[in-house]
Amino acid sequence: MTTHTPNLKAVKIAGGVATNQRHDSAHKHVTGTAVYIDDMPEPAGLLHVGLGLSNVTHGTLKKVDLSAVRAAPGVVDVLTYADVPGENDVSPSGMHDDPVFAEGKVQFHGQPIFAVVARTREEARRAARLAKIEYGELPAVTSIWDLDPEKDKQVTTPLTLTRGDAAAAIAAAPRRLKGRMKLGGQDHFYLEGQVSLAVPGEDDEVLVYCSTQGPSETQHLVSHVLGVPSHAVTVEVRRMGGGFGGKETQANQCAAIAAIAAKKHGRAVKVRLDRDEDMTATGKRHDFAIDYEVGFDEEGRILGVDFMFALNAGFSADLSGPVGDRALFHCDNAYFYPAVHAKSAPLYTNTVSNTAFRGFGGPQGMVGAERVIEEVAFAVGKDPLEIRKLNFYDAIGVAGERNLTPYHQKVEDNIIHRIVAELEESVSYARRRREIAAFNANSRFVKRGIALTPVKFGISFTKTESNQAGALVHVYADGSVHMNHGGTEMGQGLHLKVAQVVAEEFQIDLDRVKITATTTAKVPNTAPTAASSGADLNGMAAQDAARQIRKRLTDFAAEKYQVPVDQVVFLPNRVRVGNQEISFDALVKQAYLNRIQLSAAGFYKTPKIHWDRSKGRGHAFYYYAYGAACSEVSIDTLTGEYVVERADILHDVGRSLNPAIDLGQIEGGFIQGMGWLTTEELWWDGKGRLRTHAPSTYKIPLASDRPKIFNVALTDWSEAYEPTIHRSKAVGEPPLPLGISVLQALSDAVASVADHKISPRLDAPATPERVLMAVERLKAQAAKA
Amino acid sequence: MTINARTTLTSFVVNGDPQEVSVTGAQTLLNVLREDLHLTGTKCGCNQGICGACTVLCDGMPIRACLALAMVVDGRDILTVEGGKTDPVLSVVQQAFVETGAVQCGFCTSGMIMSATALLMRKPSPDRQEIREELSGNLCRCTGYAKILDAVALAASRLPIQESAT
Ligand code: FES
Ligand code: FES
Repeated sequence: MTTHTPNLKAVKIAGGVATNQRHDSAHKHVTGTAVYIDDMPEPAGLLHVGLGLSNVTHGTLKKVDLSAVRAAPGVVDVLTYADVPGENDVSPSGMHDDPVFAEGKVQFHGQPIFAVVARTREEARRAARLAKIEYGELPAVTSIWDLDPEKDKQVTTPLTLTRGDAAAAIAAAPRRLKGRMKLGGQDHFYLEGQVSLAVPGEDDEVLVYCSTQGPSETQHLVSHVLGVPSHAVTVEVRRMGGGFGGKETQANQCAAIAAIAAKKHGRAVKVRLDRDEDMTATGKRHDFAIDYEVGFDEEGRILGVDFMFALNAGFSADLSGPVGDRALFHCDNAYFYPAVHAKSAPLYTNTVSNTAFRGFGGPQGMVGAERVIEEVAFAVGKDPLEIRKLNFYDAIGVAGERNLTPYHQKVEDNIIHRIVAELEESVSYARRRREIAAFNANSRFVKRGIALTPVKFGISFTKTESNQAGALVHVYADGSVHMNHGGTEMGQGLHLKVAQVVAEEFQIDLDRVKITATTTAKVPNTAPTAASSGADLNGMAAQDAARQIRKRLTDFAAEKYQVPVDQVVFLPNRVRVGNQEISFDALVKQAYLNRIQLSAAGFYKTPKIHWDRSKGRGHAFYYYAYGAACSEVSIDTLTGEYVVERADILHDVGRSLNPAIDLGQIEGGFIQGMGWLTTEELWWDGKGRLRTHAPSTYKIPLASDRPKIFNVALTDWSEAYEPTIHRSKAVGEPPLPLGISVLQALSDAVASVADHKISPRLDAPATPERVLMAVERLKAQAAKA
Repeated sequence: MTINARTTLTSFVVNGDPQEVSVTGAQTLLNVLREDLHLTGTKCGCNQGICGACTVLCDGMPIRACLALAMVVDGRDILTVEGGKTDPVLSVVQQAFVETGAVQCGFCTSGMIMSATALLMRKPSPDRQEIREELSGNLCRCTGYAKILDAVALAASRLPIQESAT
């Protein structure tokens, strides 16, 4: 990487935008030299932490006797809430309801009460088990299923979206139906668990290496917990071993504990959670109970809809408010509702506080929309795909009326018609539908199903201040470039994409741009890398920084060589000044000698967006990303076991910055979405203990679970409607809900046992058990009819 | 000091280099590799023998380093992801993973690569189904496995075709 000599005759730079580039760290990952936090050389005298977790689901802490813990071998200290120098709280929403250590009471099974600081992790973990804690047990709520979303306790203010008079529209509709859907949560199961390493500095300073998606937020909360200004705390992360939203707020507690211990003892401290601790003590995707009522006509056109999205927030607010909001923002998926009323209810339960997870409530909203479509399709006796198409928002360029979302934003860039039409054609949907019907007619026990579902996903943080980003670009005197921005790398190739943008701006080969660790010391006050916004925001900020430097170089060259500025042109690895060409490196050197500033901070804020939560109105999203998936499954009606035979995806990423990376995101997102809706079942026992806290009991998809045939393509014709970075679109979250096609295909297969006459109402995750139950239920209903 | 603190001298070969480490009875191979030998390419994903992130080869057979006691590998030949220079099959697999884009966050990668290497050592030209099954003991949360399977198929296509004697 370092011995590169730039090609001064090249027609194109190596590694610009809109090209396939390998992940910048791939060569290091395959040789084991990419460093994660737990791989960093350990500072001398490093101490380790083990957590003491609550053994009851809800109760007062009557007596906490930690003497045996303190006396255990290797133990240096035991920390409780009393050791927190600042506020004992890591609530990201400012609700003060997320204690670092439980104080006075515990609110879920597995809540951290204390931390053991010891010479080794094993000693810390072993000692943690010696605590003698007396609890005064209190009644506990561990599921939202039987709660009343209107009356029971909520962790934060719910949202209501209203457009038109839904109740009247439903009442006046020729046909109506209502129902309820149970939708499970999901553990992130990032392969690298939560980990933080805190190194104390002088005075009040501390440096925290933390596997976090939101270094600025981690910095803010560590400073809050330590009771020091933010300038005393630096948070750095080079890469994470997966995040998926699970390291947005959930990284903060470990960071805070490491920092408290490090400052107290003047030694470096590492907190690394074991897998079972991680799964027990950190939040997950919210499970939902979705109530719906819909009015429609005989054709299957929706006239009015009413939704209640109750979500299991767990014991604290965390991000549950915004997650519920995003569910509502996506309760339309790609469909126009002439009249709509939708409400969220972030309900309090005595379980771990649920949090961000790829899609952030959006996928749950879309599952609700697709359930409604499916129900309408069964009611009018049509293929759900027909009902989908009938209810789409107007396509881009159509001057119609059917383009207003439930939050009063106009959908201006809708390309779902074309995507669905192209996919329908390329997968031979109609023919396969007929073949499947024939197959099912002749197959006694194995039944097939197929579904083609669309995705429309809104891009932007709904919290307006999060839609900003910063970058720092240095050009050194030798012409090599150092790039830094506020986004974090969790495998999605963000750093690579931003480096491509910088390379493109300077017209230099990609390997002249050094990717560096994200740190709050270089770029402050950044948004978490979330909401799929990483490349959109940070790419723009880095482009801004590079453009500033480029402009200075241009002005300098124009003046030095006495040519007009428009005669200074950046060509691959060189600059044409008048009619001579000079290498980029040489021009930089001359600029340096002439005291031109070669460093710049870039900034970006998303234009156009605004959102008034109290009114439920605004231009919440800068644009939408679209996609569609068609899945075919076969189920064994005797056991409920199933196989995904084939999946085809057509997905829109605008004009891709890096198609290879984007395809990887789409494949991975689809499989993750499929896992959520099929095999991944979180199960709490009657006592509120999570029983699926290990990979042996919690089933994420394996290589053998992926579709036997799996085709993924980008819409090579699309480009962002808005002036995004090189007209690309976000790709992190939108592919996840493509997995809904698998749930719908399973449902279609189940429906075949009752001749597609009864809506299967298959809840998620559709485990083999649940598929079997649905099959039995439909058979029984069909027999009665 | 606990009973586990008693140590035994264990010698084995790692990536071609002879090593001698004093280990305690409960110490796992993963721990020795990462903590004592500073070979941090082998990852700890679950520490329960399920995720496969810690897979290394012991005399050519894939084992879970988080379960294997270090004492047990005395006298054995261990190959880790850092051993690409000493093992031609491993280096072909590594190259294929880079070229196909089989790496996202990378945390599963070393274990995946070692499982794939073990498969290809045993069976240089497996079919897609065999690759899927062989890699089903390694969890990946990022890629959806598509490109990982492509990578192994690519590596297989580059290896001389011969079934091993074992
Ligand atoms: S760390 Fe050994 S199998 Fe997961
Ligand atoms: S690449 Fe992240 S777990 Fe496989």
